[in-house]
Amino acid sequence: MEEGKLVNDKGIRVDGRKVDELRPIKLEAGVLNRADGSAYIEWGENKVLAAVYGPREAHPRHRQDPARALVQCRYNMAPFSVSDRKRPGPDRRSVEISKVVSEAFSHVVLRELFPRATVDVFMEVLQASAGTRCTALTVAAVALADAGIPMRDIIASCAFGKADGQVILDLDKEEDNEGQADVPIAIVPRTNEIVLLQMDGHITKEEFDSGLKMAVDACHRINEMQRDALRRRYAVTTDRHKAVKASSEGV
Amino acid sequence: MDVVSELLRDHIYKMAASGKRVDGRAPEEYREIKVRKGYAKNAEGSARINLGKTEVLVGVKMILGEPYPDRPKEGSIVTTMELIPMASPTFEAGPPRENAIELARVVDRGIRESKTVDLGKLCIIEGEKVWIIFIDIHALDYGGNLFDASSFGALAALTNAVVPASKINGEDYPLEVEHHPISITATKIQDVIVFDASLDEDRVADARLTVATDENGHIRAMQKGLKGSFTLDEVDYVVKTAKKLADEIRPKVVG
Amino acid sequence: MRGDKPPKREVVVPGDFLGTGLKPGLGTFSVGGKTYASQLGIKKVRGDSVNIIPLSGRYMPRQGDTVIGEITDISASYWLVDINAPYPAPLHASEVPWKVDFGDTSRFLNVEDVVLLRVLSVDEAKRVQVTMKERDSRRLRGGRIIDVSHSKVPRIIGRKGSMIGLIKKYTDCRMFVGQNGRIWLDGSLDGMYLAVKAIRKIEEDAQVLGLTESIEVMLREATARKA
Repeated sequence: MEEGKLVNDKGIRVDGRKVDELRPIKLEAGVLNRADGSAYIEWGENKVLAAVYGPREAHPRHRQDPARALVQCRYNMAPFSVSDRKRPGPDRRSVEISKVVSEAFSHVVLRELFPRATVDVFMEVLQASAGTRCTALTVAAVALADAGIPMRDIIASCAFGKADGQVILDLDKEEDNEGQADVPIAIVPRTNEIVLLQMDGHITKEEFDSGLKMAVDACHRINEMQRDALRRRYAVTTDRHKAVKASSEGV
Repeated sequence: MDVVSELLRDHIYKMAASGKRVDGRAPEEYREIKVRKGYAKNAEGSARINLGKTEVLVGVKMILGEPYPDRPKEGSIVTTMELIPMASPTFEAGPPRENAIELARVVDRGIRESKTVDLGKLCIIEGEKVWIIFIDIHALDYGGNLFDASSFGALAALTNAVVPASKINGEDYPLEVEHHPISITATKIQDVIVFDASLDEDRVADARLTVATDENGHIRAMQKGLKGSFTLDEVDYVVKTAKKLADEIRPKVVG
Repeated sequence: MRGDKPPKREVVVPGDFLGTGLKPGLGTFSVGGKTYASQLGIKKVRGDSVNIIPLSGRYMPRQGDTVIGEITDISASYWLVDINAPYPAPLHASEVPWKVDFGDTSRFLNVEDVVLLRVLSVDEAKRVQVTMKERDSRRLRGGRIIDVSHSKVPRIIGRKGSMIGLIKKYTDCRMFVGQNGRIWLDGSLDGMYLAVKAIRKIEEDAQVLGLTESIEVMLREATARKA
C-alpha cells in the first residue's frame, strides 16, 4: 500500500477491509452475575461491557417521572482503556455520549409501563479503538433485552466517515485520526428511524447520502448479530454439560 | 442501603457455626480463581480476575512524571479503585467514597510495603524524570471479597507490565517484579471465621481482616475492617492461615 | 422442522415480527395490524392472541400474587416492604391480622423481618398495596430465603405442585414459593442445602425435557448416599 494512503485505488483499506466492510464483531449476552441484564462486545480492538439494572425506583425522588420510566445511561472509560491514561470519572465527552445514548434508548423502551422508575444502563469501555460510542450503544441494546426490558426494537449503531476522499464504513483508529469526517448513527432497524446522529468533519451532501445508506445497511447486519447473541443465550437447550457445570458452581 | 434480613443473617451464621458454608465450601476454602493477563491492550499491563462470582479488571499504566521532592531518586505508584455501579446495585456513580478508597489503599499497601516494585529502578533522571505507575482497579461484578480479587489483580497486572521505554528513546522491557504479596481476607460472622467471603457472607460480616504475606511468609500489610473485633487468638489463626493460603494461591496469580 | 421432534419453543427478542391480525397480548405491541415482540421470551399463540412468556426481567406485581417480602422501613401507620419489584410496597396497619394502634407498628413487624403476603392491588400508576389478611400470610421465622428468576417460578412449582412436592418429600423441608421469585425454606442444614441445589438445577435446566425425572433421580441419589 502506498505510503500515507488510507484507501488504495482498488478501494481496499490499510487493514484490508473494503470501504463498506465492518471490523470483526463478537457479541455475547448475559455475562455478569449481579446485573439484571448484561452483554459484552469485541468490535475490532474495542472491548465494551454493558450492564442494566431495573426498572427500579428512581432516586432522588424529584427526578421521578410520574408517567413513565427514565432511561439513564452512563458511558465510562476505564483509565487504562486508552493509550494515555484517562483520569477516572466522567469528563465532558462521556457526559455528552451518555446523554445522546440515553435519548436514543428512551425512544424504544416502553417507558410508560414503569412510572416513577428508572432503567439504568452502564457501559464500560475496557479497551478503546475508535467508534466506542457505537460499540457501547450496540452492546447496551443487547444488555437491555437481556434484562427483559420491553422495547419496540433493538437499536443498532455504527459510523461512517471519509478518508482519502472516499466514503468508508466503521472507521478504525488510524482512519479516525487521519480521516476527514466521522458520522456515528444509530437506528431502529424495524423502521429505519434515526435515533442518534452526530457528525464532525467535512463532507458533501452526496457523500453524506451514500455514507448514510452504507451505515444503515451495516446497522441491519449488526442487528442480526445482536438478535443472534440473545437467541444463543436463551436457546432451548439440552446441553447437560452446561447445566452440570452451573450447579457445581455452588448455590 | 442494603437491608439484610434477619433470616439471612441467622442462616449464614448457623451454617458457618456448623463448619459449613452456604455454597458448600470449607471455612478456609477459596473459590475458583481465574486469571487472564494482558486483557487490555492499551494498558502497559493488565489482568482480568474471576474469584468465584466476583470479577475485577486491573490495568497498569506507566507515565512519565517528576519525582516527589523528598524522594528525588524514586518513581511512584498510585492505586485507584472504582466501585462502578455496573458491579452492584448498591454501588453509586461518582467520586470514590470511603469503601473504594479503603480498598485501593489496602491493595496499595500490600504492593508498596512488600517492595513489589523497586521504586529506585523507576528513576530516569534524578530529581527530574521518573516513571509513575498507575494501578487502576475496575470492579465489574461484585460477588464478595473484592479485597482479595483486587489485590490478586494488581499483582497479576504488574507481573504482566512492560515499561514503555520506547517513549524515551529506549527499548520496552518487562517491569521487574521483585516480590509477590498475596492478600488473604478473613471474615468474621458473629464468632465464626471464614475465608474468601461470598456476597451473602460479606453482607452479614461483623469484622474483616486482610493479611498480605510475601513469598517468604513475612507479613507485608494488614487491615482490620468493619465494626466487629477479633480476639488475639483469632488474629493468630488468621495470620497463620493467611500464610498457608497465600502459598497455595500465589502460583495461580503470578503464573 | 422434522416430524419426530417435539415442537421447539420459539425464543423471540424485541422487534421480532409475530404475525398479522393477532390480538396483541403481554410482551407484544401492534403497529398497523402487525404484531411484534416487545420483550425477550417464548412466543405463545393461543387462538388468535399472542403472548410472550418472559425469560428474564424484574418481577411485576399482579393482584392476588403470593409474594415474599422484606420489611425495609417502618412508620407510625405502615411498613414498607421490598417485594423484589421495581417499587417498594406499603403494608398498612389495617392490612395485618393484628390490631395495631397508631405508632405501635414496631411491636408487630420490624425492619429485616421477612413476611409472606398477598398483593392486594396494583393501580394505573403501578402503586402496589400488599396485605397480610389472607390465609397463609405470616411472618417467616428461621430457615432461609433464596432468589430465583420469577420467570422460573412455574417450573419450580411444577404441574399442580409436583416439583415442589418432590423437593419437600426428599429434603423434609417446609417451603413457600413467592411469585416474585423468592423462595423460603426451612429444615435441617443438609436438607436445605439439597433443596437449594435442586432449585438451582431446575432454574438452569428449566428448558430441558424430562426435568421432573432428572430432579427426582438427583434427590434420590443424594438422600441415598447420606443414608
